[in-house]
Amino acid sequence: MMWRLNQFKDNTAVIIEYGEKIPYSALLHDSQKLAEKVKDRCLVFNLCSNEYGSLLGYVAFLNNRIVPVMLDAHLDRMLLNNLIESYKPDYLWLPARMKNEFGYSVAYESNGYALLKTPYEKVFPLYDELALLLTTSGSTGSPKLVRQSYQNIQANTKSIAQYLDLDETERPITTLPMSYTYGLSIINTHLYVGASMILTQKTLMQKEFWQQFRDYKATSFGGVPYIYEMLDKLRFFRMDLPSLRTMTQAGGKLSPELHRKFAEYAAETGRKFIVMYGQTEATARMAYLPPEYALAKVGSMGIAIPGGKFRLIDADGNEITEPEAVGELVYEGANVTLGYAESGGDLAKGDERNGVLITGDMARRDKDGFYYIVGRKKRFLKIFGSRVNLDETERLIKSGFGDMDAACAGKDDEMVVFITDKTKEKEVQNFLEEKLNLNRLAFRVKYIESIPKNESGKTLYAALEKFYD
Amino acid sequence: MTNLEKYINAFTTTFGIGESEVEGLEYQQIKAWDSIGHMSLVSAIEDAFGIMMDTDDIIDFSSFEKGKDILKKYDVEIESV
Repeated sequence: MMWRLNQFKDNTAVIIEYGEKIPYSALLHDSQKLAEKVKDRCLVFNLCSNEYGSLLGYVAFLNNRIVPVMLDAHLDRMLLNNLIESYKPDYLWLPARMKNEFGYSVAYESNGYALLKTPYEKVFPLYDELALLLTTSGSTGSPKLVRQSYQNIQANTKSIAQYLDLDETERPITTLPMSYTYGLSIINTHLYVGASMILTQKTLMQKEFWQQFRDYKATSFGGVPYIYEMLDKLRFFRMDLPSLRTMTQAGGKLSPELHRKFAEYAAETGRKFIVMYGQTEATARMAYLPPEYALAKVGSMGIAIPGGKFRLIDADGNEITEPEAVGELVYEGANVTLGYAESGGDLAKGDERNGVLITGDMARRDKDGFYYIVGRKKRFLKIFGSRVNLDETERLIKSGFGDMDAACAGKDDEMVVFITDKTKEKEVQNFLEEKLNLNRLAFRVKYIESIPKNESGKTLYAALEKFYD
Repeated sequence: MTNLEKYINAFTTTFGIGESEVEGLEYQQIKAWDSIGHMSLVSAIEDAFGIMMDTDDIIDFSSFEKGKDILKKYDVEIESV
């Protein structure tokens, strides 16, 4: 079993929005009952929401060798249907309010969640070590999933719990979805140490969130860069939050100004602020900046996690050893995932990476051994913590808007979308909001007479930069 | 522009909706008004009226109507239609 829930049976596992405390013994009981309904190893889609039903499903599946695909319950229905079509899951586990939307029969219900039986019966063989499948981003409709093994999750969980020094007195409050690798890693690590999780669907822009934070005495939260921007906007530094111990940050590079502000706040108030770095391809985490260096190393994402190792390579794949030189970041560790799946047939695949991940991130290492991300090799942006592939987004627009040409560029948290039809600006923005399941403010749609291209028809993205503003 | 027009304008431009859609609008009722949209809405309103809202008011600003009440504290009177 992935987690030894029995070991903590009297501890509170979950505190739900209305304050009810669910002990580990109940989580064990509820998850075993669900697992009995599924019977044996197969594929299940878990449509996640930060509530108990979603968590008990996850625990039931992982502890019983049932393989879940973790998806956001708000995922665009067409994209979800594509995924169902590609992977043919045996069951869906979803909020009970959605149970009649699929035409599948209800096999079981528990704690506000429902188990639906699809017409599929173990269509694709599952590799023996395969534990879990996650999307790499908020999704651009690509059916690409990351294949994580039991060993990946165990190794990463243990390492994170160690460097964060977690114990059963912790009480994180959710600020991220559990279908997202960072949100899931918070759940994994706290289940591992027998701590209590405050599950809420409220956001930090709602007073109920802060009420729960204070009433249930949250000790920590995690945030992607935009969450730290919101906290700054909310004048977080003046809030009275006596139970808070630790703030962690991942999911993209925080601006050095905000990094400094939160590190100073932490230093002044005796708390920990921990900047981290990871990817779904590495289960969750590869690096962390030890909190005692938070101020001394502003802008750095730190050092490799316990059990992991970094190196930098040049364009020919040779290792770079001198400090301050920029190279592509390569990570090695037991948390490097098996590889990707693009369709159901890939679920039988074994380990394709053998513990080595070429991250696609360009980084430098200072003379003290701390790493700094300086750019990316591939064309994607991190938008509100989610990876969004620019080429896939372009394809989405082109297939949705016929003969109009389009090019996607921009910087993190702001994609600039160039289109050649002036009348379609708002339509494209609406389209992207819906398809990518991201706030419309992430996209700035701009008209351009024609997309600059080279002789072979490739878009010249650098030539678009001067039109960003 | 009247205060009401400025107020409505902050909603329509932030969320990309029409003027007819603002009446009765609540947080998370439309996709655009999520936590990210909320942060932008607050900035738009602060800019429009030259004010700085307190944390408690930002997180209490849960609907189009509620916002009007909150703005009174900042001496911004939104005319009723």
